[in-house]
Amino acid sequence: MPMTSRRVLMLAPLGVAAAGGLGFYAMLRGLGTGEYDPHGVPSALVGRTPPEFSLPPLVPSGLPLLASADLQNLEGPVLVNFWASWCVPCVVEHPQLMRLKREGVAVYGVNYKDKPEAAMAFLARHGNPFQRLGRDEPGRVAIDWGVYGVPETYFVDRKGVIRWRWAGPITPEVLEQDVRALLRHYA
Amino acid sequence: MRRLLLALALLAVWLPLALAVSSPSEMLPDPAQEQRAQEIGRQLRCLVCQNESIEDSHADLARDLRHIVRERVAAGDSDAAVIDYLHARYGDFVLLRPPFNLLTAALWGMPVLALGGGLAAILLLRRRGAAPEPLPLSAEEQARLAALEKDPAE
Repeated sequence: MPMTSRRVLMLAPLGVAAAGGLGFYAMLRGLGTGEYDPHGVPSALVGRTPPEFSLPPLVPSGLPLLASADLQNLEGPVLVNFWASWCVPCVVEHPQLMRLKREGVAVYGVNYKDKPEAAMAFLARHGNPFQRLGRDEPGRVAIDWGVYGVPETYFVDRKGVIRWRWAGPITPEVLEQDVRALLRHYA
Repeated sequence: MRRLLLALALLAVWLPLALAVSSPSEMLPDPAQEQRAQEIGRQLRCLVCQNESIEDSHADLARDLRHIVRERVAAGDSDAAVIDYLHARYGDFVLLRPPFNLLTAALWGMPVLALGGGLAAILLLRRRGAAPEPLPLSAEEQARLAALEKDPAE
């Protein structure tokens, strides 16, 4: 057998193993940094405008309702946050939403599959970060947005295009790293 | 006997799970439409539990999606239109059978690659041919072989 083909035969499995190892390393690294999430459902709406919808207000809150018309020709970027009073991670992310409100960022809320009194009690206890608040009791508008669990937050730029979606609570890290960068970029 | 009992106990646990999927209240009155809705639902992934179809899942969202599938079927949508409806909202992830595109090319191409690689290896090995014929024995070796073959008892 000629020397070169023998060497190739010996190196080929090594090469395959090395490529596999590199891929595995990249996967683990991605899992560590959060860039790769095998359970994450990428949003089909990023780069598109929100679906047509109109949600009734949470009457006792006195906040204006939320409809797709409110997400067109905006003065600045808007965060649309799907939340519920029964959702534990929503409690975790609430201080970050309150902080965004204090900084003057427009946060619109969608109250998902919730009872009005429970939602009111949640806002009374944790504070109200929302400029507008729609009630999605049947959860159909959430499905039109591609929501698969609360909390979920969408970043809509001033042209009314969805630029980013975060499934899960907005932790202080997500606020500092992702939301601030988006706010700067789409200011 | 104990094994049988264990198997029966396991079955008793699993059976309701397998059947509780569509409670009669969720089902369409027309059996043909219900059959179609179930076939469509089995192709759609539950986004909460992820390794189950929406027909198999107990998650609230799966129940809502089953309801939407039945609503679209009852409204006269084709199977493809119903699947497109959810695909537009949840992307490729909602399809249990991933579509062929740039991202999934490696996934779909892997069997072809593996088969092609195997065939190429076989052809390469064949072309190299059988091992060369061994050299004939020298006179010295023939003599030694004859000596070894001789029965010592003779």
